[in-house]
Parts: sequence; structure tokens; C-alpha cells
Amino acid sequence: MCLGLPGALPVVNEKAIEFAIRIGLALNCEIAEWCRFARKNYFYPDMPKDFQISQYDEPICFDGYLDVEVEGETYRIGIERAHLEEDTGKSTHVGGATGRIHGADYSLVDYNRSGIPLIEIVTKPIEATEEKAPLVARAYATELRELVRALGASDVRMEEGSMRCDVNVSLMPKGAAEWGTRTETKNVNSLRSVERSVRFEVERQAGVLDAGGRIVQETRHFHEGDGSTSPGRSKEEAQDYRYFPEPDLVPVAPSRAWVEEIRATLPELPAARRVRVKAAWSLTDEELRDVINAGALDLIEETVAAGAAPGAARKWWMNELSRTATARGVELAALPITAAQVARIQALVDAGELNDKLARKVFEGVLAGEGTPDEVVAGRGLKVVSDEGALLALVDQVIAENADAARKVRDGKVAAAGALVGAIMKASRGQADAGRARELILERLGQS
Amino acid sequence: MIFKTAAELGALIASGETTSVEVTRAHLERIEQVEGRVNAFLHVAAERALEQAADVDRRRAEGEELGPLAGVPIAHKDVFTTKDMPTTCASKILEGWVPPYDATVTERLRAAGLVILGKTNMDEFAMGSSTENSAYQVTSNPWDLTRIPGGSSGGSSAAVAAYEAPLATGTDTGGSIRQPAAVTGIVGMKPTYGGSSRYGLVAFASSLDTPGPFARNVLDAALLHEAFSGYDPRDSTSVDEAVPPVVAAARQGDVAGLRVGVVKEFAGEGYQSGVLNRFNETVELLESLGAKVVEVSCPAFTYALASYYLIAPSEASSNLARFDAMRYGLRVGDDGTRSAEEVMALTRAAGFGPEVKRRIILGTYALSSGYYDAYYGKAQQVRTLITRDFEAAFTQVDVLISPTTPTTAFPIGERADDPMAMYLADLCTIPSNMAGNAAISVPCGLADEDNLPVGLQIMAPALADDRCYRVAAAVETALESRWSSPLLTKAPAL
Repeated sequence: MCLGLPGALPVVNEKAIEFAIRIGLALNCEIAEWCRFARKNYFYPDMPKDFQISQYDEPICFDGYLDVEVEGETYRIGIERAHLEEDTGKSTHVGGATGRIHGADYSLVDYNRSGIPLIEIVTKPIEATEEKAPLVARAYATELRELVRALGASDVRMEEGSMRCDVNVSLMPKGAAEWGTRTETKNVNSLRSVERSVRFEVERQAGVLDAGGRIVQETRHFHEGDGSTSPGRSKEEAQDYRYFPEPDLVPVAPSRAWVEEIRATLPELPAARRVRVKAAWSLTDEELRDVINAGALDLIEETVAAGAAPGAARKWWMNELSRTATARGVELAALPITAAQVARIQALVDAGELNDKLARKVFEGVLAGEGTPDEVVAGRGLKVVSDEGALLALVDQVIAENADAARKVRDGKVAAAGALVGAIMKASRGQADAGRARELILERLGQS
Repeated sequence: MIFKTAAELGALIASGETTSVEVTRAHLERIEQVEGRVNAFLHVAAERALEQAADVDRRRAEGEELGPLAGVPIAHKDVFTTKDMPTTCASKILEGWVPPYDATVTERLRAAGLVILGKTNMDEFAMGSSTENSAYQVTSNPWDLTRIPGGSSGGSSAAVAAYEAPLATGTDTGGSIRQPAAVTGIVGMKPTYGGSSRYGLVAFASSLDTPGPFARNVLDAALLHEAFSGYDPRDSTSVDEAVPPVVAAARQGDVAGLRVGVVKEFAGEGYQSGVLNRFNETVELLESLGAKVVEVSCPAFTYALASYYLIAPSEASSNLARFDAMRYGLRVGDDGTRSAEEVMALTRAAGFGPEVKRRIILGTYALSSGYYDAYYGKAQQVRTLITRDFEAAFTQVDVLISPTTPTTAFPIGERADDPMAMYLADLCTIPSNMAGNAAISVPCGLADEDNLPVGLQIMAPALADDRCYRVAAAVETALESRWSSPLLTKAPAL
């Protein structure tokens, strides 16, 4: 954390360099053999030194790409560069209507994130995306987030600011040789906002151009409320950042051996993993997307690794547990249950010791902190009644009490057995083995 | 007591013949007597000093193993952070600021048992050659109170020359240790860049700033050099190597067979004849001691001053940006109606002195888009040429020598309104900052015209700091036997 105290000096964070190289390699980039940091000079209260240590013309990673898929079509996003810099503090402007510095009564600065390493990944212009531009932009941001998360370099929580996007948009007429003037929308902080901000800018710029107007090169602010953008600082009155090599830091020269060592330890990347998982679990594209969006991929994989069938593992995480997470307002992974515990509950179901209804009670118990699945089963006395004698007695009792339904089954309306099974489950307070009960009912009523 | 060397004081304290408290008290008394005329200190920490001294005495009584300077008092340049004393860099913008941390140099002084008497005056943010740019006071040269003590570390040089402290710290960005040492008749060393830590040194020009020692003799300077130098992981530009054997070199001054190069470019117009006379005599002395003296040309040195005044202000313009009234130091105009930007501007206008503003503007201009290549970029190329000149010279000779300064101490006020004249004081010292090599100034006599001290500069390759001490010790020994006492004894009594 940096307060810019007189006399204080920066030191390069070696782990940040390693993460930058990991990200660069995963983005198919070249890794600089030698690069320097530079100072970007400008005055702002949330920047304690009034300059930012960044990289200027010598980024650590450059010339890469990332493939993303949109509606079955693959787009190759060129990566211009990925460079390291330090984060600034965070300003909160209090009072005023916009939450921006203009019109605010006063401002607060939180320096806790100032000096924290940050990687800025800059794409090349993504050309000819036409009406799919908003989707391509969103798909890229999504894929990049997945990638960085898989590499363990950041928790990439956009809502907390650990991943932020600046979105550039320009239009050119079909067949034109020169790109149009671009605008840059700053600090777009959700994937949905990326898509919306591009859509808004495309339409806004098209409107201006169709009316014979001229696009002003400028930075713009995004408004979450209505999805619009509005002008910020004009580039025409832009700052001169007076970049020069940071004299307090020595150049970074990652050895080729180190780079190769990092390459060798890259994890399976999201795209490859998706292909593998989709095939192994027999998922449709939509099912896979839902799993990823729910943040359940790791959890399901761990549950499968702990012995559960993929379908069952997915069912528990995507239904029962997702509901609980939503109700509690936490992420799936933050629930107080482990993949191994989910696998254990499913193992009890597979062994016939629990049915789905009982299993849900076990989940409830584990999530309530009552202990491991086995402890909850014991503690709550949750066991399937599969003692044939006791079950047969129940079957006979239920047939006697539900003469109407029993007659229908005898007459061949097998579906009516459901009501009888339900009555058995009710009478046994859920502990009967529903499948076996149904078999016995059909047997007794001459339908098997 | 106060006339003893640091090594002697350390030995007397170690043997129990005296205590650190007694030695410290003697120096505090001296400060009380002469400080009204010298004005070397911005802050005298009498109580803290006596506490530190008592602590060293206690540690020794408990049998702790202490270094050769344990218990010896020192004056500390006000550019190093100290968590128990203010650190102002002689600027109004930091008035009253007490840092929450100690500089590495400060930490190491304390670890070596040195007793910090207080913080010394300097040119504001170390920008100047006379200490007249201090926002607080003008320091006098103990040889002649109407003259400057050099700068930027003029408080430190004056304190040592006035016997207010046997040792002092300084920082050298373009000559700020060597030039004050030369004009006050003491020893001042600029170590190899990266040899001493900049952590906690309030930056002027990061690629040039180098902490170094002041003392009244070569051995004391070496002892202090050894005490606070060496690798520091908190300074990325710190060199991860053992400190060169400077103390051993200072003890065995010897130039027999040594190849000495006289820099051809540092003579002629602008050089006081008394300075050149003492320098030429010293060259003859070195030859008589067995050195092989040759003339060496370093043509790029001619452009050192010009390129220095692009690089140093450029870095300063960025380094000094942080004094923006937001987190510490002076804040002007914050009456609830003004924006942060206005408060920053008002504070900086009120808090910085004219020389600091001049350099910030110069540096801002030199880094500006469209001018960068012509100014900062070109200056960096010159810097490379200077380094190459040194490299070429050091294939022919072991050390280079020159006068430390073109003139002796000039009268207070004489160059205050003439920045160019002021900048010329660092003509001979700047190349070593640009190249990052080691250089020392050692007294070599009094100029004929004004009876004021002249300094000899000895420059050695990077990481060959010991060579500076070896030659300086030989010169010191030979000259003191010729004079029959150290040069400083010829200074008028205060």
C-alpha cells in the first residue's frame, strides 16, 4: 500500500511479474526479454505520488490473441499488449447528483489499493464485428475473466473493481479504408455493462454520423441506470503525462528459462476445459454456460472427482445448492459445504440409504452446521425404510384407506399409484423407499 | 574533547576512559557556543541525543559487542527521514513533518550506536551549492562567517568544520557532499551509486542521489561510510555486493605505482588560480610519492553540467509532485470553498522556494511531449558518453583527479541571483554522479588569494570506493606532515 511518503521507494513485486507472464503466455503473447517501468505524471488526490508507475513503450507482454465464440462463430481478438502498473487509490465523491467530482460537496480517498499491482490488457481493434460488436465485446471480457481466474492471478470480481474495462468503439462505413474516430468509455464494471455500453455507443455514433456529424475523440462515462454514456474529459484538452523511465526501479529481464518454467506450469485453460467437460458430462452448450455462469464448474468437477456421477453432481449444485446460495446472497463456493460432502450424500443416495427427499434434508442439516452428512443422517434419524415387512404393512394400510385410487390401479390406470405412493411417503414421514413402495403397490394390485 | 577524531572518540568510549554521554554533552555545549554564528542545524535534538548516548553506554555496560563508532555523535542531514525528529528538507512545505519511519541510513546509524545530535541545514530539497536556498536559515562557513559552506549539504559540512560534530551525513546529487567538504576544508565522499541506500532519503533526482559521509579526516569518513553503506532490498537500485574495503584502504594510504589521470578538461577559464596552484602542487606530491601521473581527456565532461540540468530537474519535477497538501505537510487555502486542485496549486506556490520552482518548471518542460527527445532524451545520451569517457579513462589509469571546485567558498549572497554562476560550482563533481562512480574530496591546502580551503577530487570506478580512500589517505598523510597539522587547525577560532 502506497501513501507516497517522502523518501519511500517502490520495489517490483516478483509475484506480479510472474502472474503477468502467466497471463501473457495464456494470451499467446511474446514476453519481453527486457522491459522497464515508466512514470506517468499527473496530479490527482487519489494518486499519492502524483505519478503512476506504469509501463509505457516497453510492455512486459505483447502481440498475442484470444479466441472467443459468439453464436457459433469464432472471433480472434488480437492482443496489442499487456503491461503492469500500480493501482491508484479510490475516490468517493460525496454530495452532488452524479457521484463525480464536479458538483460534489467533498471527496474521500481510500488509499488501501494504491500501489497494488494491476495488469492492463489492451486489444488490437476488433474489426468487422458489425451488429455483433456488443456480443463480441462481452464474450471477450467474459473469456478474459475466466482465463485470469483460471490462472489464479486475480479473483476478477468486477463488482469489487478487481477487473475493470475501458471500452473503445469506432464506426467505419463498409468498404472504407480508414477507421472512424473512437470514443473510450471508462470503468465499465460488469459484463452486461460492456455489452450495453458498446450497443449504446454504436447507436449513438451511427446517429451522429447519419446526421452528417463528426465524432469527437473523448473519454465517456457509462451510466448503469439507463445504459447510456456521456462525455468525460475531451482528448483535445488531454494531459501531457510526461512519461519517462522510472529511475527508482531497475529493468525487468525475465530469463527465458523462467518463462518456459511458467509456461510448463500453466493450468488447463478455460476453452480446452470447456471442450473436455462438455463431452465428458454430455452437456448442451446452454447447460455448460449455466454451469459456468453459476460458478459451479470447479465445484462439480471436484464432486465428480470425489466419486459422484456428473449428472448427480450437477443436479445438486445447480438446483438445491444454487437456490440456497441465492437465498443467502452468497456465491456457491462460499456455502459451508464441500464437494466431498456433496459426493458423500450422493453416495448414500446411490446406495439406497437416502432418497432425494431425505438427501435434501441432509443438505439442509450440513448447511445449517449440524456436521458431516453422516452425522446429520444419524442426528436427524434420516434413513430410508426398506424393511419389506414394515413397508408391506404400510402398503396394505394405504390401499385399504384409499379404495378409490386402489380400484383405478386395479382397472389399469397405473398412474393412480402415485397417490398411493404419496400417501405411503406421508405416513412414513418421507423415510420409505418410494421406488420399492411403488413396486409393492403394483404387485398387490395385480399390475406387475 | 571536541577536537578529537571520531575514531579516537570511539576508542576512548570503548576503553571506558569516557562515556558517550560525556562526549555527546561536550558536543551539545559546543553547539550552544557557536551555533548562533554558524547556523548549521535546523533541529538540535539535545534530549534525544543524551538518551541515545545513555542507551549506548548502557548497552556497553551490559557487555554488548559494539562497532568502532558506537557512542560517537553525528549530525544528520535533514533529507533523511527520522521517526523521532522532524524531517523538512529545509522546505516550508514539510515544516514540522515527523516521518513515521527511519531511513535505512538512519537505521544503520542507530544500529552502529551513533548518536544523532540533530538535523542539519541544506539547500531546499538539496537543490543548490551554497545552502542559501534553505527556507529557514543561512549557514556560515566556519572559515569565514561571511562565506557560504557549500551545498546542498552545507549544514553538515559547517557542523563538522565547526567541531559541532565529528561526523555528518550528506547526500550528493551533483556534488552536494564533495563541494561543501572542499570549501570547508574537510573530507566528503560520494560512494558508488547504489552503494548506499536511498530508502528514506527524500528524493531530489533518483538516478543521481547518493548518501555519503563527512568527516575531518579520511579514516573517520571511511568508518562512517562502512557503518551505513551496503545492500538494502528496499532500494531497488541498491547494489547487492559487499561494501568495498574502505576502512582498510584509509588505514594504508599508498600510491606507489598507482596510475593517476589528471582530467584535462577541468582547468583553465573559470578556475581560481589559487585553486589550480594547490591542485598542481598535489599532482607533484603524488608523483613524489611514486604515482605515475598522466593527462587524460574526457571530452564529454564538457557537456556534463548542461545535461545534468536536464536530467536532475526532470526527475525532481516528478519526485516533488507528491507535495500536494493531501496527506502531509503544508496545506494552504483549504477553506471549504476551493477544489483540491486549487489547494494543491496554492500550497505548492507558498511551500516551495524559487530555486525549487525553477527546477520543477525546467524539468516539466524538458519532459513535455514534443521536447522530450531534444532535452531529456539527448541528456541521457550525453550521460552514456560520460560513462564511456570514464570507462575509457579507467583502462589507462586507476584514478582520475581534479580540483573539487573551480573556486573557494564565495561570499554569501554573491551568486544568489545568478543561478548559472551557482551551477558552475558543481562543474567538476557532476560527471561522477552522471556515471555513478565513486569520488571523494580531500583538503589539499589554502588558496593564495583568500586563504580558504581547496579540495582535491579523486574519482574511481564504480565499486572501487576503496581506491578513493587509499589515495586520499596518502595525500592527507603527506600534506599533514608538510603542514605539521591538519588543515582545519589553520581555521580561525570561532
